[in-house]
Amino acid sequence: MSAAVKNRIRSSKGDLVFNIFNTIFLIIVTIITLYPLIFVVSASISDPNMVNSGKMWLWPIGFTLDGYNRVFANSDIWIGYRNTIFYTVFGTLLNLAVTIPCAYALAKKSLPGRKFFNFLFLFTMFFSGGLIPLYMLVKTLLLLDTIWAVLLPTAASIWNIIITRTFLETTIPDGLEEAAEIDGCSTFMKFFKIILPLSAPIIAVMALFYGVGHWNSYFNEMIFLSDRNKFPLQVFLRELIIITQMDTNGQTITSTEAQSIAEQQRLAGIIKYSIMVVSTLPIICVYPFLQRFFVKGVMVGSIKG
Amino acid sequence: MTQTKAAPASGTKRKKSLGQRFVKGLRDYWQYYILLLPALAYFLIFCYGPMYGAQIAFRNFIANKGIWGSPWVGFDHFVRFFKGVYFWDLIRNTLVISVYGLIAGFPFPIILALSLNEVKNDMFKKTVQTITYAPYFISTVVMCGMLIAFLNPSTGIINKFITALGGEAIPFLSKENMFPSIYVWSGIWQGTGWGSVIYIAALSGVSPELLEAATLDGASRMQKIWYVNIPAIFPTMVIMLILNSGSLLSVGYEKIYLLQSPLNTATSEVISTYVYKTGLVSAQYSFSTAVGLFNSVVNLVLLIIVNTIARKLNETSLW
Repeated sequence: MSAAVKNRIRSSKGDLVFNIFNTIFLIIVTIITLYPLIFVVSASISDPNMVNSGKMWLWPIGFTLDGYNRVFANSDIWIGYRNTIFYTVFGTLLNLAVTIPCAYALAKKSLPGRKFFNFLFLFTMFFSGGLIPLYMLVKTLLLLDTIWAVLLPTAASIWNIIITRTFLETTIPDGLEEAAEIDGCSTFMKFFKIILPLSAPIIAVMALFYGVGHWNSYFNEMIFLSDRNKFPLQVFLRELIIITQMDTNGQTITSTEAQSIAEQQRLAGIIKYSIMVVSTLPIICVYPFLQRFFVKGVMVGSIKG
Repeated sequence: MTQTKAAPASGTKRKKSLGQRFVKGLRDYWQYYILLLPALAYFLIFCYGPMYGAQIAFRNFIANKGIWGSPWVGFDHFVRFFKGVYFWDLIRNTLVISVYGLIAGFPFPIILALSLNEVKNDMFKKTVQTITYAPYFISTVVMCGMLIAFLNPSTGIINKFITALGGEAIPFLSKENMFPSIYVWSGIWQGTGWGSVIYIAALSGVSPELLEAATLDGASRMQKIWYVNIPAIFPTMVIMLILNSGSLLSVGYEKIYLLQSPLNTATSEVISTYVYKTGLVSAQYSFSTAVGLFNSVVNLVLLIIVNTIARKLNETSLW
């Protein structure tokens, strides 16, 4: 009896030490993660001279909204925002229209050819034709410089299909489907009337995964689009915060870009941090509320299918 | 994540000919196939289409003759790549960045997950999770913009700290030997929190009885982590390792391309950026496709090798 009590006291002391170190560790991790983010926000509303001289290192000094005024005065930002919202909304709708029905069909265990389709789709995760053949395909299909070049090549992701399939396999009870079949429900009716309403959580997760992907994507858009009116935000961002700054690091630039870049360079110090905030804000704002959905998505996906 | 076991064969119990089964399958399941159709079309066109088009790696692609009209040259482009002056530099740069990233990046999400798993206070746990996942949602362009701004030799905050401590400002992105570290550690900053989610999920499956039994046996917290929690997430670790090693030769061009400058290409030029430059910038379609195809094949072979080893050693496998 006394030995057990002693044991408990000893272990609780060990517990306490462990908890203290564990908490300190996590606080350090949090600070390391948070610091660059706070710095960017602070720098975006601080006097540029204070930022460039290093006097501003945590909280804003010399509050000013000049950076944001410049950013919002830039028509490229508005065009980019408009296009990004368009690509994100329609791209995500297309993703869902492809992913959810496919996942439902693949979740049907008795579907003839299920193994074949699984393999056919999974194989693309481990092997691809490469960048140039994709580019040539898009060119051959006459999609270059159209919105379809942005929407179609990313119409589905096998990873997300697997997550959705696993969700449907584990959460929709077999009995429910059987009951619907006995009641004379066709597959389509089952899908639209029963499965879709029950899949609301996974649809939310998928919309978020795909949506963030569209919002942040730049490379496909950069190589497939040449009309500036179709550029999404990230492509303009690349011009504004990467090319201008790389220039100071010795990157050579084309003469056509030189003039606009010289102008932007004068302003770069003020606007670069504001642009980062403006472009990331929508995601950072919605993210804390949607975080549990994201996490749920990964958790569902990690259950062995 | 892992492949499911083979589904029990379709409802047809009696042996029927393939044709009969096909007709019956189509009759009973045609609506499922229609639901499958958009995805099938997508994968065939945009994933298998480029694989078909990759045959120009074995031809001298001439635009107005098309894929089939272009003359067959066999492995010429591959040989040219293997014998080219850049070959070993590209392989070395790619491997340095990816192996460095794999080794340095692998433990962090696991440590974070194990640590978070020990937190009893829900509020604190949620806050840490929310903050550490956040960087994952920052776009590559913004991430690189932040890096370039922070590492700037004259105005960057990191150099301000260095000079404040009496050091000399370092032009990080112009120093070629620093490139792999910049790439890898910024990736760790961005990916650790999100990477931990999958391990947290695995840890939530550890049976409380097992932990209780360990407590009764007098195991300390560290001992419980070491002897109960880590073995519990070991299969997940192996799966992640297999997946990561399958992409050893494919360092993403998206981030590298943005951080590249002529001053650091000696270490920052990797296979994927080389493919982009030779292919889309200098329009050597066939050669560039050959380089990309070489990359894909090596990745696939690596994945199969590591997966086979993992299956032999502890029966964990992707498929």
